[in-house]
Amino acid sequence: MTQKLVIIGAGMASGRVIETLVETDPDAFEITLFNAEPRGNYNRIMLSPVLSGEKAYEDIITHGDDWYAQHRVTCRFGEHVVRIDPERKVVEGQNGPVSYDKLVIATGSAPFIIPVPGKDLPGVITYRDLDDTNAMIEAATQGGTAVVIGGGLLGLEAAAGLAERGMAVTVVHLMGHLMERQLDEAAGYLLRKDLEKRGITIRTQGSTKAIIGKDRAEAVVLESGETLSADLVVMAVGIRPETRLATDAGLDVARGIEVSAQMQTSDPDIFAVGECVEFDGTLFGLVAPLYDQARVLARTLLNEPDAFVVKDTATKLKVTGCDLFSAGDFAEAEGREDIVLRDPGRGIYKRLVIEDDRLIGAVMYGDTADGNWFFGLIKDETDISEMRETLIFGPAYQGGASADPLSAVAALPRDAEICGCNGICKGTIVDAIEGGAADLGAVRATTKASASCGTCTGLVEQLLQVTLGDDFQMPAAQPICGCCDLTHEDLRRLIKSKPLKSQDAVWQELGWTTRNGCHVCRPAVNFYLLADWPLEYRDDPQSRFVNERKHANIQKDGTFSVVPRMWGGITNPRELRAIADAADKYNVPTVKVTGGQRIDLLGVKGEDLPHIWADLNKAGMVSGHAYSKGLRTVKTCVGTDHCRFGTQDSTGLGIKLEQMLWGSWTPHKVKLAVSGCPRNCAEATCKDVGIICVDSGYQVGVAGAAGMDLKETERLCDVPTEAEAIAVTVAFIQLYRETAKYLDRPYKWVAKVGLDWVKGRVVDNLDERARLIAAFELSQSIYRKDPWADHAKRAEAYQPLADLTLEAAE
Amino acid sequence: MSWIDIGPVSDIPLRGARKIKTAQGCVAVFRTGPDEVFAATDSCPHKGGPLSEGIVHGQSVTCPLHNWVFDLNTGQAWGEDASITIFPVQVREGRVWIDGASLAARSAA
Repeated sequence: MTQKLVIIGAGMASGRVIETLVETDPDAFEITLFNAEPRGNYNRIMLSPVLSGEKAYEDIITHGDDWYAQHRVTCRFGEHVVRIDPERKVVEGQNGPVSYDKLVIATGSAPFIIPVPGKDLPGVITYRDLDDTNAMIEAATQGGTAVVIGGGLLGLEAAAGLAERGMAVTVVHLMGHLMERQLDEAAGYLLRKDLEKRGITIRTQGSTKAIIGKDRAEAVVLESGETLSADLVVMAVGIRPETRLATDAGLDVARGIEVSAQMQTSDPDIFAVGECVEFDGTLFGLVAPLYDQARVLARTLLNEPDAFVVKDTATKLKVTGCDLFSAGDFAEAEGREDIVLRDPGRGIYKRLVIEDDRLIGAVMYGDTADGNWFFGLIKDETDISEMRETLIFGPAYQGGASADPLSAVAALPRDAEICGCNGICKGTIVDAIEGGAADLGAVRATTKASASCGTCTGLVEQLLQVTLGDDFQMPAAQPICGCCDLTHEDLRRLIKSKPLKSQDAVWQELGWTTRNGCHVCRPAVNFYLLADWPLEYRDDPQSRFVNERKHANIQKDGTFSVVPRMWGGITNPRELRAIADAADKYNVPTVKVTGGQRIDLLGVKGEDLPHIWADLNKAGMVSGHAYSKGLRTVKTCVGTDHCRFGTQDSTGLGIKLEQMLWGSWTPHKVKLAVSGCPRNCAEATCKDVGIICVDSGYQVGVAGAAGMDLKETERLCDVPTEAEAIAVTVAFIQLYRETAKYLDRPYKWVAKVGLDWVKGRVVDNLDERARLIAAFELSQSIYRKDPWADHAKRAEAYQPLADLTLEAAE
Repeated sequence: MSWIDIGPVSDIPLRGARKIKTAQGCVAVFRTGPDEVFAATDSCPHKGGPLSEGIVHGQSVTCPLHNWVFDLNTGQAWGEDASITIFPVQVREGRVWIDGASLAARSAA
């Protein structure tokens, strides 16, 4: 028979309880869910990426309204619970009472506010939930200075996020080094250095005396007398369990609500789970034990035996570019020994703490790939005496195996934990893969591995590869080439964040193993640098494939093709005569009309290129960039000029777009089209950007393809005016330039980032659209010019360096 | 050895190449460092691609047609049973000199 279950608090722990209940026995309970926040469950671990702008709130919702409706959960969101009456078994909400058979308290924790003067001023906030995050994002739009009090996990994620959003951030930390509960001094130092490189100021041993300000926070005063100006103060010094309802209801409460190993409180019908509980003297803040508790509680409610045990947990910091890992106990003590590996040049530090031939603690910074393996040794209390000599080099060096990253994963035992958030071990994942989960999405759906904070995604992908072998195509984790260990995505991020503004900086700072890259990585590096630093870095022709270096397409016999630009496909007798004259003069064997509405002169000798260009320049023609990873053509129909169906001036719009975009370098080639009516004579629906004119305006489609793949465009937006059609097109192309992988056409890039993500920046967010357009214009101030005119002046470079035909004949 | 002056080293772009014409066909002269040059036949053994148009990296060049990579010290192609002929070449006082005897020897061979 169905029982009434009331749950107070919609957080990650109670979310997991409900999930387990409805999956195991959907009819066992009629569930009512209270939440003080006016929303359901979202992935709180991911608030830091939301703060830094890498993700949006929509990306981190774990249970939407639909989900609750589908599982018949009665939601009372935005409603505080006034009290619990254990005698009558009733919970009183602000909007009325509800009775229960079983009650779960999942009120989580409240931030600890240090009792200093000024703590209640406007502008002083904590960092716990989405409202706090939004308050920080809002504050950061004004720029200015921020002081984060607390240099622990949460404080540093807040600081990095605010710095990313452009605030000048100072972290005040009471202890001698950052994250002292998870890191030793050496790792804390490296972390500090990395954060300082991002412009964050760190004050350790800093004790806050007061927050001052007239109507709102203006500065933080330290005990040392120093005053730090602050438009925003974030308190992230710690949390305490939220126990008020439990205390008022007369339950046993110490620091948290006391529970048994079955998560039962001192009232047999009341349970508690999550950060509000205390078990065996321990409080909980990380997500892994909370999920364990949730599982135990769900099973207890369903009358199945289970018991919660406290396990070691490992910690990772979610700040892009700061790679740290810590697990176990690493305090110095009698009988403990250290193995330390330091490589300051690469910013790598690893320390293992050993007691009685067992690994009991590990701290790693800079390279944390082996973290889970060490964590496994700690949890299993493995005897490490046999492998002690090579232990610190990780699993790849045990048993003489090669340093292949896959061998490290293959060597892990079945019960090694892969996903710390969800407590998923290797065996579970491998079973799921063998049961048919053939890609990351499927593994996430069946096991939840890597579905929370996502830092173990790489490991899960490696497991897919180890298990499926050649059947699995490693998606993004492949390094660019043999010259480095970085993926394109990592490289782009590092070029922006470090920042790196020259090829030499990339080779040196990112550990390239070759002198100056190779034909695979160097063109990519060249593009990323010029796209991110248009003023500081200039395109390097020697890092370009021959076509882009010579501004002509090489043919199979070593001759070249020459394609002058015809704006929007419009030409005139004068241009056609000049093309005909050039074809005659340089003995061009083939003249071809291209699919992009212009004329291709094929079979021109390399030495003749500067001369034919000079001739075409004289007739007013410029390079058509038919060779470049840049704007190729804007194909048009005649629109309202001549066509009886045309609804807008499609030719005019095409010409305007081409004049705006020409000369720009992009990750791969870009082709556009504008059709004057839905009959679509310009074939706009298979272009990178295709615009269809209609009576009411312009339908802008993107991410089409008609090459290796065939794909119809997806609708980016409908806009009423020509100006807006141009604006969204330029913003789309700039976003593609800023974030796509080199040699990904727009349709591949959009498939990776998602059309919604693109819309969020190009269509919905007008500030971001304006920023993208301004960034594009800045770059175009350098690249919107005719390379032919430039190269025609250097004709000698196209000739042989020397002619020795006579010398050798002597 | 009979050294022939073929021009100033600065006329070859750094990490680039120029070609020279000889009676036996074109030779590519690569500049891998400020004063580090190599010379080789300007024709890929695969499909005849002009190596002087390839991307120059380290002491190697990648053919522009199908990305065969050649070590400029030995002429050996990476991962292929093929090679290009290498000619002695040197930089003296800012000018590039190539060994005429080796160029001539190729036609005799």
